[in-house]
Amino acid sequence: MTTVKSPFPGTFYRRPGPDADPFVSEGDEVKAGDVVGLVEIMKSFHEISADAAGRVVRFLVENEELVDVGQDLIELE
Amino acid sequence: MQKVLVANRGEIALRVVRACRELGLATVAVYSTADEGALHVRRADEAVCIGPPRAGDSYLNAEAILRAARETGADAVHPGYGFLAENAAFAAACRDAGLVFVGPTPEAIEAMGDKAAARRLAQGAGVPTIPGTDGRATVEEALEAAAEVGYPVLVKAAAGGGGRGIRAAADESELAELFGHAAQEAAAAFGDGSIYVEKLLVEARHVEVQVLGDEHGTLVHLFERECSLQRRRQKLLEESPSPALDDETRSAMTNAACRLARAAGYTNAGTIEFLLDRDGGFHFIEMNTRIQVEHPVTELVTGIDLVKEQLRVARGERLRFTQEDLELRGAAIEVRINAEDPARAFMPSPGEITALELPGGPGVRVDTAAFAGWRVPPFYDSLIAKLICVGADRDEALARTRRALDEFVVEGIATTVPFHRELLADPAIQAGDYHVELLEQRMVAA
Repeated sequence: MTTVKSPFPGTFYRRPGPDADPFVSEGDEVKAGDVVGLVEIMKSFHEISADAAGRVVRFLVENEELVDVGQDLIELE
Repeated sequence: MQKVLVANRGEIALRVVRACRELGLATVAVYSTADEGALHVRRADEAVCIGPPRAGDSYLNAEAILRAARETGADAVHPGYGFLAENAAFAAACRDAGLVFVGPTPEAIEAMGDKAAARRLAQGAGVPTIPGTDGRATVEEALEAAAEVGYPVLVKAAAGGGGRGIRAAADESELAELFGHAAQEAAAAFGDGSIYVEKLLVEARHVEVQVLGDEHGTLVHLFERECSLQRRRQKLLEESPSPALDDETRSAMTNAACRLARAAGYTNAGTIEFLLDRDGGFHFIEMNTRIQVEHPVTELVTGIDLVKEQLRVARGERLRFTQEDLELRGAAIEVRINAEDPARAFMPSPGEITALELPGGPGVRVDTAAFAGWRVPPFYDSLIAKLICVGADRDEALARTRRALDEFVVEGIATTVPFHRELLADPAIQAGDYHVELLEQRMVAA
């Protein structure tokens, strides 16, 4: 079990755009380096990628939720 | 007009509060929960919390802002820049609510906000535009126009803005290939797949003209600002006068700006942006229908307080000066101090400012709402201060800016101060010999 953490404070997004599909959903397999979300900080968007391969167990934050630096975003196994 | 609600935050909200105070107008600040204790809140006479941190829930929430105006009895709204400043529907909602909107009419905002319409207006006023298709084009029209004006060309989304939705095509096959993608992307991103094509002006300079009009038919320009030093289309340093303009070009450009503003029925403060090509030709790009971030540069070389003039014009006063009264004296330079780390690709750097020492002395102005102990929130623009220095000539302004940057101390967060120290030591910048692509070219080379 591992978690993807936010490298910055800001707003977390599960999808690349308002009408787009989420980057990943529960049950998806991801590889290390796969983009799993975005964090908006000071009007700029930064891709959040998985640092290890695994399966997405659950999201620990909601889409558009405010997150802190180091906060757990996604649980992987 | 007696009480002005300032629909913004940070340094520009404080700037407007100060102008109101000097004119004897009462002020209402609005703030999100992330800005409790912010300086613009403390400096205003009253303050109303308008929602949670995300801008969409607070500073972009027109309904909450209008409610705050109603509850406090404000009779005017100053939008600052960004947020709702160029939102015609918001300006109209203010008017409908019986509030004075400190800016142009909703009709003028709308007319200049539509790029194709603004371009047609410019052409009608005899203002040169960038060669290309007139408004939206089919792929055949795009290819035909590109062959005529010459490659490379830019493929732009008609509904895009702020540098979004723009791609370059080097030749015919690239344009044919890009066109479909661009239309699809524009439809997804902006809800409008219209595309237009214009010539890419290589190593051009960005020069803009400040205009100011009253509601009685008088409109003047306040000369130009040179804003070519940009990173990712975000300006980092601005100056006036432009080192690139001779008197003849300056006169032609400022006249063109006034013709276009008059054609648009423009009132209050606005900025007309041009690209200056390497052959000295200038081309209209767009108009910003608000006060600009870099307005202090113009204030320092003309002696005119633009924000106070905005308020005077909004309450129906006539301009107190004519074009002949205005003179560009000396030179001024602004550098933007952002909470970004130049050593880490300008990564945003919010957090607590643990120590702050601002420069001072002759010819130095700092516009900021920062203070030691303030926590820069991660939710908004990274601009935390503007350093503006004026001198009898450009050399003195440059020397002052360098001296002031040496005095500038911000601890706790990374800022662009070290970047500007290097920039001001650069021989090309000192010579005034630069263009809009320079900073990006340097960063790629490094």
